[in-house]
Amino acid sequence: MNIRTASLTELVEAARSGDNRAVGRLLTLVERGSAAAEEVAALTHPLRGNAHVVGITGAPGSGKSTLVGRLLAGWCQRGLRPAVLAIDPSSPISGGAILGDRIRMDDVIPEGTFVRSMATRGHQGGLALAVPGAVRVLDAAGFSPIVIETVGVGQVEVDVVAAADTAVVVATPGMGDAVQANKAGLLEVADLFVVNKADRPGAADVRRDLELMLDLAHVTGADTDDSGVYFRPQILMVTATTGTGVAEVIDGIADHLKHLTASGRLADRRAHRVKAEVRSRAHAALEQQLRHSMQSDAATAALEKAINSNFSPVDAARKIVQKITGD
Amino acid sequence: MSADSNSATDEAPERLRIVLAKLGLDGHDRGLKVVARILRDAGMEVIFLGLRQTTSSIVAAVEQEDADAVGLSMHNAGHLTLGPKMVQALADAGLDVPVVIGGIVPAEDEPLLYQAGVAAVLGPGAPATEVVEAVRAAVAQRTA
Repeated sequence: MNIRTASLTELVEAARSGDNRAVGRLLTLVERGSAAAEEVAALTHPLRGNAHVVGITGAPGSGKSTLVGRLLAGWCQRGLRPAVLAIDPSSPISGGAILGDRIRMDDVIPEGTFVRSMATRGHQGGLALAVPGAVRVLDAAGFSPIVIETVGVGQVEVDVVAAADTAVVVATPGMGDAVQANKAGLLEVADLFVVNKADRPGAADVRRDLELMLDLAHVTGADTDDSGVYFRPQILMVTATTGTGVAEVIDGIADHLKHLTASGRLADRRAHRVKAEVRSRAHAALEQQLRHSMQSDAATAALEKAINSNFSPVDAARKIVQKITGD
Repeated sequence: MSADSNSATDEAPERLRIVLAKLGLDGHDRGLKVVARILRDAGMEVIFLGLRQTTSSIVAAVEQEDADAVGLSMHNAGHLTLGPKMVQALADAGLDVPVVIGGIVPAEDEPLLYQAGVAAVLGPGAPATEVVEAVRAAVAQRTA
């Protein structure tokens, strides 16, 4: 089969029978976000399995990719067929990117696993659309668990990880004290903490700070959801470069899935994920419409008035929105 | 691009994805890092594999990353063995993906590499524009 001339149906079929070229090609189409991406979504959505989606995030250099490489090997040993989406930032200037996650995994990437590097490609909300589509392709191709690895810096990246079934946050010694650990954001989405580089000085302090933060979350009730389900994330000490503690991470991730299944939260999380994707897509469609109506005569006139007269920008915006909604 | 395009502009450019690697035992990766930066600044996505790769690890990366080209850096005089092997390994995997070689290649070896199916050979001191053009031309030839 020629991968570049094959039809989408052929590609999906090949991907499901284990042809990595076809999986790779489908991911490219999804990433490009063209009409083909929509068709791929339509083809793969009904084929979704029950893949365990695991988000892994942490500061640059915290050892995420090295950890993921180890996890891949561990999962394979347990007879699973894992895949990874490793997300790295695009250059805001040239739009290019150096995707360097594979280099950390290369010694340990086992046969039968699938690793795909993905650039953020700068565009607002683009990741929020590309990632669910890519996960769907990997799920349809029979991979599980599916890891989404991101640098936990932007809201979108955090959202992507938070939307996973299991969110793993990687912390390391030397990155700040208990006050940092208490700042809102990344830590709140964690279902499992990994303290990586645990062989280095200060690792025990990181653990203590995280424990304290979790204690406080219990005092304030932040760790208990609306239906009263309480879950305290584990904190695991790991040295990813040597593999120490990785087996416990694999167990911890599996335990969290069991908790989700037993408590009925798995269905909730997945429903939330679909909802978030639908919302992102609707948002993108509306934004596209907005770009078009900004070119219209009425919009130009409204802008002109806001610039040159006392017509307020708020009223100008309302006028343009009325053009779209018809209100 | 369709109505629900997710990009900030209506037409997102097709981004070339290039796998960069050193094949075999060859620790000189400074040049490869420079080339990675050159290609990134030309708007390409570089999948950086780095040192000590094998033809099969590169083939696996090309498949999974849906790469448009492979860039090999060679400073250990292994180009006449490894260059053709790489071309063959990609062909055997059913991948129509060009191979560009950079590094230390004696002038008399270049024709041999071209005969073996290598798309371009770039010597030391090749200006950034030449590197970018060679990669673009190699990819364009394939899709033509």
